[in-house]
Amino acid sequence: MRVMLVDDDLGRMALLRQALAAAGNEVVAQLGPAEDLIAAVARHQPDLILIDVDSPARDTLESLGQISRDRPRPVVVFASHSDSDMARRAMRAGVSAYVVDGMQPTRLKSVIDVAIARFDEHQALRRELADTKTRLADRRDIDRAKGVLMQRRGLSENDAYEQLRKMAMDRNVKLGDAARALLAVAELL
Amino acid sequence: MVDLEKTALRLGMVPLVDAAPLIVARDKGFFARQGLEVQLSVESSWASIRDKVVAGVLDGAQMLAPMPIAATLGIDAVGVPMVTAMSLNLNGNSIAVSEALYQEMGLSPCEPVAAGQALRTLLTRDRKLGRRKRVFAHVFPFSAHHYELRYWLAASGIDPDRDLRLEVVPPPLMVQALLDGRIDACCVGAPWGAAAESAGAGYRVISSFQIWNHSPEKVLAVTDEWAQRHPQTHRALVAALIASCRWLDQPEHRLEAAQLLIDSGAVDAPPATLRAALDASAIGAPHSGQLVFHAGAANFPWITHAVWFIEQMRRWRQVTEEVDALTVAANVYRPDIYREAAARVGVAVPDEDGKSEGHHASPWTLDTRSGPIIMGSDRFFDGQTFVNCAAAPLLTAGRDPG
Repeated sequence: MRVMLVDDDLGRMALLRQALAAAGNEVVAQLGPAEDLIAAVARHQPDLILIDVDSPARDTLESLGQISRDRPRPVVVFASHSDSDMARRAMRAGVSAYVVDGMQPTRLKSVIDVAIARFDEHQALRRELADTKTRLADRRDIDRAKGVLMQRRGLSENDAYEQLRKMAMDRNVKLGDAARALLAVAELL
Repeated sequence: MVDLEKTALRLGMVPLVDAAPLIVARDKGFFARQGLEVQLSVESSWASIRDKVVAGVLDGAQMLAPMPIAATLGIDAVGVPMVTAMSLNLNGNSIAVSEALYQEMGLSPCEPVAAGQALRTLLTRDRKLGRRKRVFAHVFPFSAHHYELRYWLAASGIDPDRDLRLEVVPPPLMVQALLDGRIDACCVGAPWGAAAESAGAGYRVISSFQIWNHSPEKVLAVTDEWAQRHPQTHRALVAALIASCRWLDQPEHRLEAAQLLIDSGAVDAPPATLRAALDASAIGAPHSGQLVFHAGAANFPWITHAVWFIEQMRRWRQVTEEVDALTVAANVYRPDIYREAAARVGVAVPDEDGKSEGHHASPWTLDTRSGPIIMGSDRFFDGQTFVNCAAAPLLTAGRDPG
C-alpha cells in the first residue's frame, strides 16, 4: 500500500513511518502543512492519505473530492482532541477514519484496514446509486421514445421497441442513449 | 434576562480579518453583556471547523456563507443540517494575480470587464501555443470566493473547467503559493490579497465588491440540532455579534479593532495589512469595497443570498439532484431568529426575508416597520439581476432605483 503522510509533527511522522513500514506499507511522501498537496498526490499516486486534523492542507484535500476528475482516495484523519464523539461523527462524515490521540502502532493496521473497507463500501454505494439512477432514467426514456414511434408511425409497442433496438445497434450506442437521441429529434420536428 | 440553556461556549474561527466580530465581541464584552462566556478557537482549515461543529467540539463557528447550505444539502460529505441566523460581513475578497501574469495581461487600473477580456485573450493565445493551463486558487469548494471567481471568468467568456485549473489553497498559504509560482492567481479574503502585494508576490486586480457589490461573505453557523436545543443561547449569541458588528462599523472604532486583532495574534499577517483592511477612511464611500460588518442590514440573513449560492452550486454541478432551492434556503437561513435577536439590541430589521440583487448601482432606502435602513448598492459587474421567480412572494422587499 502506498501511503502519503501530511503532518507537521515530525516525531509523530517518524513513529507513523515506522509503524507503516512494519505493517508492510510504503510511505511514498511526507508533507509539511505548507507543501503542494495536489502536486504530491499527482506525482506519488498514493492509495491512502493520512492527515492531521489541524492541517491547513485538509481543505485542499477535501477539494480533490469535489468537481474533480481525480480518483478519490481513502483518507485517515488524526485528531489530537480525545473526543470519541467527534471521532464517531466525523467518521460518518465522509472521512474514512478518524483516529483520536495516541498513535498506537499496533492499532495502525486495523485502522487502515477499516478505513479502506469503509472507503470501498462508500464507493460501491455511490456507484450503485448512480447505476440505479441511470437504469430508471433509461427505462423512462425508452418508454417515451416507444410512445413517440407508436404515435407517429402507427407501430405496435413491440415493433417500436424493435425499431429502437435496431437503431441502437446500428449506431453502436446504448438503448437508453438511442431513446434520448430519438426524443431530442422528435422535439425538433 | 431570559434563561440561557448554556452559557459557556466554544466558537471556531479562521485567521482572517472578517473574524473581527468574534474577537471584538470577546474583548469588548459584547458576549458577556448577553450572559455568555465565549472561548475562541483558531482553526487552520474550514474542513476542520465544520467537522468540529458537527462533532460538538465547537458550539458554533465563523463559516463561509455557502458552507451551512452545502452541509444541509449533503453535498459536502458531512450531510448534517446547519443553520445561520446572521451574516458576519459583506465584501472583503480580492482576486490577485502573480507578478508574471500581471505583466502578461498588461493591465494598469483594473476593473472586471477589462481584466476578464485581457485574461481571455491571454488564455486563447496560451491554448494556440500549447502552453500549460494557468492555475487559479480559491479557498474552499463551498465559498463565495469560488463562486465569485467562476462568475467573473464565465461572464468574461472563459470556461473555468476547460480553460484553466481551479485549486484550493488555504488563505495563510496563498502568498507563498504565488511566490513559488504554484498558482498564477487567487481569490482570497482580507488581509491575504494585501499581504501578497506587500510581499511582492502579486497584485490585486479586482475586488469581490467589483464583481458583486456588497456580496455576502462569512456567517455564524451552528448545527440545526444545536439551534433547536439552545434557542435562547442562540439568540443571545446572535444579539452579541450584531452589537459587535455595529461597534465595528463605527469609523472611530476601526483602529482599535485592528489593534485588538493584532494583539490577539490570531491572524499571522503583517500588522500594516490588518490596519489597511479595517481602514476607516473608506467607510461609507460608495465604491470603496471595504469590509462592511453592519451597515445596510449587512447582518440580515437574506434568504435570496442563500438561493443565489444554491443556484451557483447547481450551475457548477456541485448539486446534480433536483432541489427546491427556496425551501432549502429558508431552512438554513433564519431571518426569524435574527429578528428576535436584533430586537434585544435595538437594531432595525427588514420586514421581508428576501431582496432583489443587481438593481441598485448606488445606496437606496429600505423602509421597514422599525424605521428606514440605508442599503448599499447590489450591482453585478455584468449588469445581471437576480430574482428567483419561485422566491417572488418573499421578494417584495427592495425598491427599484428611482
